[in-house]
Amino acid sequence: MSERKTAKKRNKRPLTPKRREQSRREFLRATVLTAGVVGISLLGFVPVMQGKAMRLRPPGALKTPQDEQEFFASCIKCGQCVQVCPVEAIKLADLPDGFGIGLPYIDARAQACDFSCDGLQCVLACPTGALTHDLDYPADTRMGFARLARPKACLAMQGKGFKGQARGADYQGLLRYEEVDRWNPIPVADYPYDLEICDLCVRQCPIEIRITQCETAETDKPQQLARVAQQMGNECPPKHAITLEPVDQGDGIKRLRPTVQEGCVGCGVCEMICPVESAAIVVDLDKNADTVMGG
Amino acid sequence: MDYVKDSLLQVFGYKRPRPSKDQQSPEVRKIYEGKRGALSKADLEALRDEHKGPFFSKWKKRRWITLIIVNLLFVASFYFDVQLVEGSLTGARVIGFHFADLNSALQVALAYKHIVLNLVIGMVTVFVMWMLLGGRTFCAWVCPYHLLSEWTEYLHLWLVEKKIIKNHTFSRKVRSVFYIIFALLALVTGYTVFETISPTGILSRALIYGPGIALLWVGVLLLFEVFYSRRAWCRYVCPIGVTYGMVGVLSPIRVKYNAEACHHEGDCRKVCMVPHVLDLTIRGGASDVNQDVTSDCTRCGMCVDICPTSSLTFEVKGLSKMLK
Repeated sequence: MSERKTAKKRNKRPLTPKRREQSRREFLRATVLTAGVVGISLLGFVPVMQGKAMRLRPPGALKTPQDEQEFFASCIKCGQCVQVCPVEAIKLADLPDGFGIGLPYIDARAQACDFSCDGLQCVLACPTGALTHDLDYPADTRMGFARLARPKACLAMQGKGFKGQARGADYQGLLRYEEVDRWNPIPVADYPYDLEICDLCVRQCPIEIRITQCETAETDKPQQLARVAQQMGNECPPKHAITLEPVDQGDGIKRLRPTVQEGCVGCGVCEMICPVESAAIVVDLDKNADTVMGG
Repeated sequence: MDYVKDSLLQVFGYKRPRPSKDQQSPEVRKIYEGKRGALSKADLEALRDEHKGPFFSKWKKRRWITLIIVNLLFVASFYFDVQLVEGSLTGARVIGFHFADLNSALQVALAYKHIVLNLVIGMVTVFVMWMLLGGRTFCAWVCPYHLLSEWTEYLHLWLVEKKIIKNHTFSRKVRSVFYIIFALLALVTGYTVFETISPTGILSRALIYGPGIALLWVGVLLLFEVFYSRRAWCRYVCPIGVTYGMVGVLSPIRVKYNAEACHHEGDCRKVCMVPHVLDLTIRGGASDVNQDVTSDCTRCGMCVDICPTSSLTFEVKGLSKMLK
């Protein structure tokens, strides 16, 4: 070691002026480079501060309705959740989301999470717990909370029925129709409806579908309820998510109002299936079933 | 011990002290003295001609194929839904086993201040893997940005040769500064700040999940490298390189230098992305006849391919001895 030290000392002979100028420039450039790269990386904070990076996240995302920081921090941006989703609802955010780059999100209108995997595959796939494993069933999810944003546009509110493909012939989105295929979701465009009064948001709500299955099982053979729940890989949701309530406007037309209930998880299927353009019912990110019940 | 010390010095941007005469073994001193006046330019040219290989030299070919196959495995796995290599380079599951990029995992751990078991498993797996395979081997053999950057480097070198542009160097210590800054930023802000600009993550995700606007940033980096500073991102910025440089300190896979036939002409340093690791090839730079290149080396094999005297070779420490 002492030999090394003497060697070091010998190397510390004064630099030639040219070398010194070179190393001065290298230092200056390095300083500018540091400021530049760090500055650019911190620009990623801007969309986050502006709230532009707030999105509908997959089930179990570590977040509160007002604050997604924990989710941003814990996600390793690998996209394994994207790969397991049977309806390919999950996308990864791009550079305009700043620090949110690579973070999974769901554009419900294009393709909502319909829980057709039953077992919350994205949660199971997550290697960092950013989609928390504390979650067991779809009904435990708190993604957001649905709201009838445009009641006047709502077909049921107008007392109108619906006939045809919910989102038109070109719509790519998939949903699970258990009576067609229990295991493979099919295009919504392949499943035309003929409804006397439009009830699509309630009819397709994954929570409501599950409740109906549980109820049928209960009336058929009450003792099999637990087994049915197990088979579905799903607990029977304790609360309704959305119901249709009669509205009387005194004109004799039978009108129904889609009413969001405390069991809504914010999966976005109602927003996806709503045949009105743009959707009469939407998912709000700033609340969830817990905050709604609390307030 | 000296190998570990020299490696860490170079990874963090310091100069490895040149060995004094007393630190050199008598054998290597004899070699250096024996070469005085014996190395003619004509001899070197003859050697070079004899050694001249094709553009796709042995290790370059192997490396490019490996890099492309590894990245395509991710793509194909998702595209054909075969679940062989799920995820991307930041975090993956290989036939069900967790793998986590050490730098990404570090960012997450510092920002989240909490670490789940799956991530620990992924980190340990990747740590052991790269410890065995050479640490920065990740850079040259897996990282998609490395390959793009290597391609655009040809353009840079051509422009420099034509005297259209000049290469600008930076103080190498700046990479350690970046490493510390990005670790601190993750810890303080609670966001994985580096991931926002990491071309490795951006490119890996773009390949697997489809291109996006983030590719523009990768383009900016490449332009900077072409027109201003050769291989600037990998040389002066990327903390992933620092992470794997440290992991590789204990790796048995290294490039070995043998001073005996070396002409000290520096062909190896000209092709190297991290030429400081080859300073031992400068005359008087090695302290023994055989000495290993430090762990900041990406094991890309460019020097092995180009060396006209075959003085640089790949070795597997321990194994090579056993095979003898």
